[in-house]
Amino acid sequence: MTKLDRRQVLKLEAAAMAAAAGGMTAPALAQNLVAERAQSELKWDKAPCRFCGTGCSVLVATKDNRVVATHGDIKSEVNRGLNCVKGYFLSKIMYGHDRLMRPMLRKKNGVFDKNGEFTPVSWDEAFTVMADKFRAALKKQGPSGVGMFGSGQWTVWEGYAAAKLFKAGFRSNNIDPNARHCMASAVAGFMRTFGIDEPMGCYDDIEATDAFVLWGSNMAEMHPLLWTRVTDRRLSAPHVRVHVLSTFEHRCFDLSDNSLVFKPQTDLYILNAIANHIIKTGRVNKDFVSKYTVFKRGQTDIGYGLRPDHPLQKAATGAAKANDATDMTFEEFAKFVSDYTIEKAAEMSGVPANRILALAEAYADPKVKVVSFWTMGFNQHTRGVWCNNLVYNIHLLTGKISEPGNSPFSLTGQPSACGTAREVGTFSHRLPADMLVANKAHRDIAERIWQLPEGTIPATPGYHAVLQSRMLKDGKLNAYWVQVNNNIQAAANCNEEGLPGYRNPDNFIVVSDAYPTVTALAADLILPTAMWVEKEGAYGNAERRTQMWHQLVDAPGESRSDLWQLMEFSKRFKIEEVWSEELLAKKPEYRGKTMFDVLFKNGQVDKYPVNDIAQGYSNDESKHFGFYVQKGLFEEYATFGRGHGHDLAPFDVYHEVRGLRWPVVNGKETRWRFREGSDPYVKAGKGVEFYGHPDGKARIFALPYEPPAESPDSEYPFWLVTGRVLEHWHSGTMTRRVPELYRSFPDAVVFVHPDDAAALKLRRGDEVKVQSRRGFIRTRVETRGRNKMPRNVVFVPWFDEAQLINKVTLDATDPISLQTDFKKCAVKIERA
Amino acid sequence: MKRRIAILALSTLVALGGGSALLAQTQSGLRGTTPLDQEGPAARMTPTRNTTEREVRNYPEQPPLIPHSIDGYQVDLNGNKCLSCHARARTGESQAPMISITHFMDRDGQFLASVSPRRFFCTQCHVPQHEVKAPVENDFVDVDTLLSRTEPGGRR
Repeated sequence: MTKLDRRQVLKLEAAAMAAAAGGMTAPALAQNLVAERAQSELKWDKAPCRFCGTGCSVLVATKDNRVVATHGDIKSEVNRGLNCVKGYFLSKIMYGHDRLMRPMLRKKNGVFDKNGEFTPVSWDEAFTVMADKFRAALKKQGPSGVGMFGSGQWTVWEGYAAAKLFKAGFRSNNIDPNARHCMASAVAGFMRTFGIDEPMGCYDDIEATDAFVLWGSNMAEMHPLLWTRVTDRRLSAPHVRVHVLSTFEHRCFDLSDNSLVFKPQTDLYILNAIANHIIKTGRVNKDFVSKYTVFKRGQTDIGYGLRPDHPLQKAATGAAKANDATDMTFEEFAKFVSDYTIEKAAEMSGVPANRILALAEAYADPKVKVVSFWTMGFNQHTRGVWCNNLVYNIHLLTGKISEPGNSPFSLTGQPSACGTAREVGTFSHRLPADMLVANKAHRDIAERIWQLPEGTIPATPGYHAVLQSRMLKDGKLNAYWVQVNNNIQAAANCNEEGLPGYRNPDNFIVVSDAYPTVTALAADLILPTAMWVEKEGAYGNAERRTQMWHQLVDAPGESRSDLWQLMEFSKRFKIEEVWSEELLAKKPEYRGKTMFDVLFKNGQVDKYPVNDIAQGYSNDESKHFGFYVQKGLFEEYATFGRGHGHDLAPFDVYHEVRGLRWPVVNGKETRWRFREGSDPYVKAGKGVEFYGHPDGKARIFALPYEPPAESPDSEYPFWLVTGRVLEHWHSGTMTRRVPELYRSFPDAVVFVHPDDAAALKLRRGDEVKVQSRRGFIRTRVETRGRNKMPRNVVFVPWFDEAQLINKVTLDATDPISLQTDFKKCAVKIERA
Repeated sequence: MKRRIAILALSTLVALGGGSALLAQTQSGLRGTTPLDQEGPAARMTPTRNTTEREVRNYPEQPPLIPHSIDGYQVDLNGNKCLSCHARARTGESQAPMISITHFMDRDGQFLASVSPRRFFCTQCHVPQHEVKAPVENDFVDVDTLLSRTEPGGRR
């Protein structure tokens, strides 16, 4: 539209007012107030925010099939009317000028060519080529030749449909979510300590506590709305204290009463020293410990999840049994941690002893309620599962758990890391409701619900995230589908594993996305994808809250949702093509049917008619398939958890409420699990019951310090830490297409201590190479700004696709969770 | 005007042939032309915009952007530099906009005597802008434009 200057506008307005006085009508633009109600009315609907795991609810205004405004939902318990800057700009994330509108296939001379140019094709051609490539891979490798990399941003039913398609349809467990990079260590920590996944507490703990401890969580930038609640609590109740632990100073230190900047990996010392301090000073809650816990000695020397031929991996004696543990007594545990004195922890971590003592006292003092928060500082750690176990130790030894204000709280990074990746079980080793593919009884349950012959689901876990990249590179995984994530930018060591894997001529890579990400551009076929309120969805946040939204606008061009793509693609295979004769013989009635018929038109998923859809909302998938797809998938999925501690409410309820925290039993949500009176699964008279384990008891683990996979040396003298910034979410695909957010933090930089910069003869703004043994980026030196680095530690955010910092990082993982450590590798910095 | 440009652009693309049109659609404006297996030079650091001129909001609920530099501003347990101009009592002197009345409401919607602690960290919602052009444009249309399009005789 032509821009008018102020003088022209005023002239037009004056003319309009004169015209109106004379009974004439004037063009709308000239009127400076739209008074007519019908015209100025906006349609407002709720939807969870598209970004982090906090799960704020937003109100979305639509007009003429477009989103025109968004703001924080006043009725939401999570955010009560507020958003962070990203959330306030949600209105613009779908309108980046380079939205993908049509499927694009690499072609040369009219046919697919791995080295061809991206060429628009029809959906039919896209799926025909894709199905051929999947068939070829199945023929060559069997089910292990196909795989999928999904997301904690999948809606619940998208993740469910994908898991079903791969585990039951293709009979391949090679499906994993990007949540593997994000909170797999938290999952394994929960499973080891409690035998059931996800936090026992909820966000209400924030307003009920006396002390916050941040263990490797920059909530001020990564979970801004929770930080708002922490800030509100700290400033409104002056007795409240905030303890912040990190390997560098970030924005959370602005609210910190006790700041602990420790050397990377030495959090293991501090955690054990606190347990030791609690025991030594006689503050163990003996009644709680004896009734509700048992002690375990964990396997040690467990390796680093590197390729098997890596020297570190060969040297690790416990790598093959990393998750094992043996029984021990309290006395043996006390002896084990007795080496970890506060003085020793101070010496190893570089944190002054009095600060560690102040932190230990917050936990030890029975009168102080404590909430511990952690995210990637713990989870992205080669001993991340141990860190999770060790912080639970502290809360269990003191009995500070499962009650308002006493809460060890693992936060998540993605909007449905909990709801989809974890609860649906889209991991290579999992099934819905915490069940495992390796467990025969669990497979039986899944096969019964899915109406499949016994033995359909393969018994061995498939390729996890990091292994998928390695298997692509090695040519063992040949047909690969990526949805709702940007793994070339996100996965560590993409220079040596991811990129060569995608471009390996043996492989066919499909990427579903709304925008041309670097991952899409590294693929062979790009599928244009509907996003957020362009489809009906459900997400589950970090406090077990399941939230739903309606489709509010249409997707542009030929974009289709991930769900549509998964289900439509399943029509391309006859069940004979993906199942063995032996298996098919157990269910001969499936012969001649497609995967779609067996998996989705199974009498359950297609049970609900399209006229069940709430009045006034589109639903492109249901219109296409002829039944209420989302409801059918949700209700089938919910049967896994109902009656088993994972109860979800009926589908329709979620469209009415601002989310509910599971288990939802008799219409009532659960705020604190494992505590009698608030959790319906705790048997009467038990008081506390950690029912995830058959004996009803939580595990306290003896786990030592072990060194990181790579540490600085004379050649690579700096620690590299990667992470996010407030203004951009993950790889910036959405936020960097919002100009206001782009301009607020346009390019990545390397945060360096001013003295380190001076020693390298560098000044703020100088261009440098940040180089590791694996690769480098070119960036600019930042010595000021929001992060204050200690000497020899540098920080680079990973949102910038022009600076692929994951060419530099190391793909070492926690050997139990198989999650990458993005916080520790060795680099050098030199002038570019 | 806009339509004319669009038509012009389209005919240019047609003239250039299918190939380059496709290329244009499948490059990342955010990365530029550097192949994925290489690393290009780093963009220069840009200063933050530093004016008193306000930017029009995309919709009334959008938090206003900060038009000026906030380098070195202290906002922590010891104080909030932003409030020294934007607090109600200071705006006469500073002529800066007063912080929104919504900022006086607590979690339960109750107005407090001063700014609610939940609004203490300004940069969670308000961000300054670097002097740089965003490489990918955004096609968001604000509601006033949308209304004027639907009005008979209105601009389309």
